[in-house]
Amino acid sequence: MKRSLVPNMLIITALILVLFLLNVALGSVSIPTRAAWNILWGATDQDPIWTNIILKSRVPQTLVAIVAGAGLAISGLHMQTVFRNPLAGPSVLGICSGASLGVAFVVLLSGSIGGVALSRLGFAGDIALTVGAIAGALAVMALIVYVSQRVKGNVTLLIIGVMIGYVANAIIGVLKYFSVEEDIRAYVVWGLGSFSRVSGNQMSLFVTMMCILLPLSFLLTKTLNLLLLGDAYARNLGLNIKRARLLVISYSGILVAVVTAYCGPINFLGLAVPHLCRAVFRTSDHRILTPACVLMGALFALACSLIARMPGIEGALPVNSVTALVGAPVVISVLFRRRKEDTAE
Amino acid sequence: MKEPTIQIESLSTGYRGKNNVTVVAHDINATILGGQLTCLLGPNGAGKSTLLRTLSAFLPPVSGNITIMGRNLKDYSDKELAKTIGVVLTEKTDLRNMSVEDLIGLGRSPYTGFWGTLHEDDRRVVAEAIEMVGIGSLKDRMIQTLSDGERQKVMIAKALAQQTPVIFLDEPTAFLDFPSKVEIMQLLHTLSRTTGKTIFLSTHDLELALQIADTIWLMDKEKGVMIGTPEKLASDGSLNSFFSQRGIEFDIHNVEGSLCIIPRTK
Repeated sequence: MKRSLVPNMLIITALILVLFLLNVALGSVSIPTRAAWNILWGATDQDPIWTNIILKSRVPQTLVAIVAGAGLAISGLHMQTVFRNPLAGPSVLGICSGASLGVAFVVLLSGSIGGVALSRLGFAGDIALTVGAIAGALAVMALIVYVSQRVKGNVTLLIIGVMIGYVANAIIGVLKYFSVEEDIRAYVVWGLGSFSRVSGNQMSLFVTMMCILLPLSFLLTKTLNLLLLGDAYARNLGLNIKRARLLVISYSGILVAVVTAYCGPINFLGLAVPHLCRAVFRTSDHRILTPACVLMGALFALACSLIARMPGIEGALPVNSVTALVGAPVVISVLFRRRKEDTAE
Repeated sequence: MKEPTIQIESLSTGYRGKNNVTVVAHDINATILGGQLTCLLGPNGAGKSTLLRTLSAFLPPVSGNITIMGRNLKDYSDKELAKTIGVVLTEKTDLRNMSVEDLIGLGRSPYTGFWGTLHEDDRRVVAEAIEMVGIGSLKDRMIQTLSDGERQKVMIAKALAQQTPVIFLDEPTAFLDFPSKVEIMQLLHTLSRTTGKTIFLSTHDLELALQIADTIWLMDKEKGVMIGTPEKLASDGSLNSFFSQRGIEFDIHNVEGSLCIIPRTK
C-alpha cells in the first residue's frame, strides 16, 4: 500500500501539468501549441490577440479551476469524515444553498427593488454577487456551527443541515417568482457553475485566498484521523469533540463559501474526489488523503474545465454538467473495481 | 499489585435534562482492584452502560465521587484521561481502508505530537500490544476484512497501546460466537494478570463471567450493586436471588471448582 504512494502522487502531478498545458493550448480560438508555450514563458513577439487570450483568459481560468477543485475536494473530505457519511459533501450542510440564497437576494432583489438589472452592471455587479454569495454561505455556516454545539448526534446535525438547504431553496423560489425574467436568467447562469467567470483582480484575490486557506487543512490531520474512530473512541483518545466539529465545519464551510462565491455552486466534485482518492490510495489516513484530495481535486477540475471548452463547442458548457457526466462513470467504475478486490481478499 | 485503583463513593449515575435529572442507578459504593478482571452483570436497563460511561468520564456523575489512581475523576484534563482510561466499545466502527497496525497506532494519539506521527517508541508499544493480543498475523490486514472477534481484539490492542492503567470494556463479547467469547475473556483475564491493569467490563455472558472473572458485580435497578467473588456470590445466595426475581430459577453447581448454572425446570 505504502509503496504505491509516491508513484501515484507523481503520476497525478504529471497529469496536472499535462492538463494545465492542454487547458492553456486548447480552446474555441485555435492557437498553435508552440505559440501558446512561448507566450506562457513570457515571449512578447507573438500575436497580441493570442497573448491576450492566453494570459488574460485561459491561464486565469486554469488557475481558478485548480484551486477551486482542490478546495471543494478538501471540503468534501472533511464533511465525509466529520459526519462519517459517504454521501456527505460540500453542499450537504446547506452552505452551498446559503451562497445561492445570498446571490439570489442580490440578483433578484436589485431588479425588483433597485430597479436595475444587475446583469447590466458589469464589474460592480460581479462584486455584488461575490459579496452576496459569501454573506449567504457564512450566514448558513454560522447557523450550522451554532446548532452543532447544541445537538449531540451527527445524523441530527446532518438532517438539520439538509433542512436549512431546503428552506434556502424555497426562499430562492419565492424570490424568483417576484423577479424580472432578465435577472432570473442571470441567476440561473450563475447557478450553472463556471471557472471562467472570475477575471482580473478578482482572480488574483481568489487564488491568493485559496492558497492561504488550502494549506490550513493540514492542521486538522490528527483531528480528522481520530474522528474516523467515532465520537466515543476519539473522545477517549483525548479529542475535544465539540471543538473538533466546530473547527472542521467552519474551515470547510469557509472553503465552500469562497469557491461558491467565485465559481457558482459546483456539484459533484466535492463528493466524488475523496472517494476516488480513498480508492486509489487505499487508505483512510488523512496524512495521505489531504494532499491526495488537493491534487486529485485540481486534476478533476482541470479535466472538466478542458472538456467544457473543447474546440468545436461554442462558448463553454456549464461546468456542472461536465463534472457529473464525466465524473460519475469514473467514480462508479473505480468503486466497482475496489469492491471486487475487497471480496477477493 | 492488587490495590484499589478505582474508588466509588455514593455515586449516582444518570442523565441531566434541561430541568430534570433522570437517575439510573444510585448510591453505589465500591472499589475496583488493579491486576484483576472485574465483570459487571445485570439485566438490560440496569444501568451498566451508564455506569461505564460515567466511569469513563463521558458522562458527569449526578452525585458522588469517583477516584481513579488517587485523584478525583473530574480533576483530570482530557489529555490526562486519555492516558489513564482506555475504552473498548460495543459499537462497530465503520472504518474502511485502514490497516490493523495503523488503527492500533491511533491508540498512541495521546502521546504523539501535532501531526500524530509515530516515533520509534510508539512503534515499539504498538508492536508489543499486537504481540500481547496475539494478532501478529492480522497486522497488515484492512479493518473491513476482519471478523467481529478479530476486530474486538484489535480494539483491545488499541487500548493496550494507549498504555492506560485502567481499561473499560462495554460488552466486548456481544455479537461474538462462543469460542471467540471465551477467547476474549481469557485474553482479558491474562492481560489483567500480566500487565497489572485494572480491567472492568460489562457482559451478558453470565456463565463465562462466573468462570473467568476475579470479581463480579451484580447490578439491578432495585437492589443496587452486589459485589463479590463468583464463589461468594454463588454460595451466599446472591446469584440465586438476583435471577429468581424474574420468575426464573437456577441451580448453581460447583463442579470441580468451576461454577455451572443450570436452569431449574418446573
